[in-house]
Amino acid sequence: MIFVNGQPHDVPDRSTISELLVKLNIDPEASGIAVAVDSEVAARGAWTRHEVREGAHVEIVTATQGG
Amino acid sequence: MVRPLVIAGRELRSRLLLGTGGFTRLQTLTEAIDASGAELVTVAMRRLDPSAEGSVLDVIAASGLEALPNTAGCFTARDAVRTAKLAREALGTDWVKLEVIGDERTLLPDASELLAAAEELVDEGFVVLPYTNDDPVLARRLEDAGCAAVMPLGSPIGSGMGIANQANLTLIVEQAGVPVILDAGVGTASDAALAIELGCDAVLCASAISRALDPVAMARAIALGVEAGLLARGAGRIERRTHARASSPLEGMPEFAE
Repeated sequence: MIFVNGQPHDVPDRSTISELLVKLNIDPEASGIAVAVDSEVAARGAWTRHEVREGAHVEIVTATQGG
Repeated sequence: MVRPLVIAGRELRSRLLLGTGGFTRLQTLTEAIDASGAELVTVAMRRLDPSAEGSVLDVIAASGLEALPNTAGCFTARDAVRTAKLAREALGTDWVKLEVIGDERTLLPDASELLAAAEELVDEGFVVLPYTNDDPVLARRLEDAGCAAVMPLGSPIGSGMGIANQANLTLIVEQAGVPVILDAGVGTASDAALAIELGCDAVLCASAISRALDPVAMARAIALGVEAGLLARGAGRIERRTHARASSPLEGMPEFAE
């Protein structure tokens, strides 16, 4: 079990960020997205290697309207 | 010939920056961007909503512009720095409009957290544009920390109260060695004109435009206000006087019989 944007998700052990995004129907190649794992920003270039541990808190963000 | 605004070595023809918050339709935002002539358009960083239709980034890209991410909603230096790093990763820009607010009721900046975040982000290589109080000392500290501009508020975000403390804003302008961008408080075109007349280099508007009855017309009006202010500042306004000074000659007045 991990938490993505505050919601619990079951993912296979040793899933990478890229695999997680695909499972969530988010294109890992899409621009405008950033990911933090346990409050640390995960570099885009490492998403295919960066494994998400059990219990991790993942934030997936993008730009939205704002002053 | 009016010189372009230069921030961190980048030349900007427009002295109006547009905030994208508050627009109820992306089509209106598209038209307002066009009407404003803005080259820098701010966005906030929030959790991805896969069900969201349309993206502010698509609108900005279609307009041929670049998004300027902000750290709106952050109350601590730590969160603001993390948000700026997420924005850099997501948008591929090291520019950030730094906001660290002190409370939800006033949305006024938290001076100590703001300065701490600015110092850290400058160290990390960011081009930092901090939303700051209209405090000349804090503005100087932010510039000393390496910020590429200072963005003092005219009055609280979304209040439309214009420039509450002209004297402080003038002090900030007088001492600044980096561009001064009036951020927050603009309610209408005359507020933007006044900011530029007082010496600000640019104005950032969001709510004044997005929440106007006709946002596109207001975008154009505020752009013209900025332009008018710039022309007026260059033209050299007359001194204020206590007493009247006739503009018609006194000589040659006809005399009328009783």
